[in-house]
Amino acid sequence: MKKTTLFDVHQKLGAKIVDFAGYQMPVQYSSIIAEHKAVRNSVGVFDVSHMGEVFVRGEKAFDFVQYITINDVSKLTVGKVQYSAMCYPDGGIVDDLLVYKISDEEYLLVVNASNKDKDFNWMKENNIFGAQLNDESDEYSLLAVQGPNSQKVIQKICDSEITMEYYNFIKAKCAGVDMIVSRTGYTGELGYELYFKGNETDAEKIWNALFDAGKEFDIQPVGLGARDSLRLEMGYCLYGNDIDQNTNPLEAGLGWITKLKKEENFIAKDVLIKVKEEGLKRKLVPITTEEKAFPRHGYDLTVNGQVVGQVTSGTVSPILEKPIAMGYVKTEFAKENDTVNFFIRGKEIPATIVKLPFVKK
Amino acid sequence: MNIPEALKYTSDHEWIKIDGNVGIIGITDYAQGELGDVVFVDIVSDLAEISKGESFGTIEAVKTVSDLFGPCNGKVIEINSKLEDEPQLVNSDPYGEGWLIKIEIADQNELNELLDAEAYKNSIG
Repeated sequence: MKKTTLFDVHQKLGAKIVDFAGYQMPVQYSSIIAEHKAVRNSVGVFDVSHMGEVFVRGEKAFDFVQYITINDVSKLTVGKVQYSAMCYPDGGIVDDLLVYKISDEEYLLVVNASNKDKDFNWMKENNIFGAQLNDESDEYSLLAVQGPNSQKVIQKICDSEITMEYYNFIKAKCAGVDMIVSRTGYTGELGYELYFKGNETDAEKIWNALFDAGKEFDIQPVGLGARDSLRLEMGYCLYGNDIDQNTNPLEAGLGWITKLKKEENFIAKDVLIKVKEEGLKRKLVPITTEEKAFPRHGYDLTVNGQVVGQVTSGTVSPILEKPIAMGYVKTEFAKENDTVNFFIRGKEIPATIVKLPFVKK
Repeated sequence: MNIPEALKYTSDHEWIKIDGNVGIIGITDYAQGELGDVVFVDIVSDLAEISKGESFGTIEAVKTVSDLFGPCNGKVIEINSKLEDEPQLVNSDPYGEGWLIKIEIADQNELNELLDAEAYKNSIG
């Protein structure tokens, strides 16, 4: 089991550590609900160094990224980030990812921890243009600093202005360390992700600088538990729950990143065009209820006693204090305001299909 | 890890406080820690009796759900109604205000099969 550069820090803070994607990761420090609220109300820091960083370099870098991802990389300019996905030829999703354009001949692809070996192999197998591919995951640490006060905290320790727009990044020095400062995140809040190299000492220096700078905002360490509840309140997909090799991006509500009209060919383009023409058989929809219910991944969704879908993610929203879930539902039952039932231990609990995000910002 | 000497335990992470014929049942400090924030304690409606090893309800946490198993047979005397509005008492005070149900123990002999504090401590390593 691997450890991130901040493992000792987590242990000292008394975090509950779990094995996740080959790493020993903090799932919670104090309480998921308290950590969740710290991010919504002020600022929290997540160690997400388990994520994968693959660099694509060389003259063919653009051609490769344009071919292997479904979003349109030609729309990216230097300093911008794009949410995207890689698909198998049948339209199933290999992974969702972030694409950073560092220069015309250098892109950074940030992939899910649990998929990074699979993803890197997939990239190598499909490197028909001969781009240079380097998996530099083990060299990078990644901290997500998220919440309405995140900007004030980072600005205190950063040598450059960090007022860039959402999905933009800069290279800067924070706490004296070179890093990529990216205005991205998985929480729906104002937030940043900091990518940097170095050993445990460097990582602890940055962690401590953030917590010193954030003291006046009662900055909190936040674990994977709250990361999941925060992303679900916004309706962001989680690979392995809401999307996987058996779901296509169109039914997952990722049509906005599936650029079927982009000029160049990309893996699954033909299949996804056909899927769109034929119409979707099911859709990933947000569902909530005023009843006391606790929908979980894998539970059935029913209408008139018939199974019409399955829950892919579910929790109690710490902000709304009611159940929220996402699930695939047959298209004819998947309209906004339609009623579907959570089928929980033999009981049907009425619920309603709503609009994302669950928590309006 | 708080494992009071005076209580008996099950391998399903429940405790029972025995006072003559009456038993009070809850989940252990270890169990509440593993579950994380408890958001709902769902005792089977109209629960009159519990049976050893059988589910008498579920406990819902933010991340997961867990069954509650009877540590022995018994007749239900009282259910902790405070948990309806304050399920988080299971986290903050698992051996006190976070108790779940009170029963009349059906057969004292069954209690011999329960774990003492040390055996429970060993079972969770």
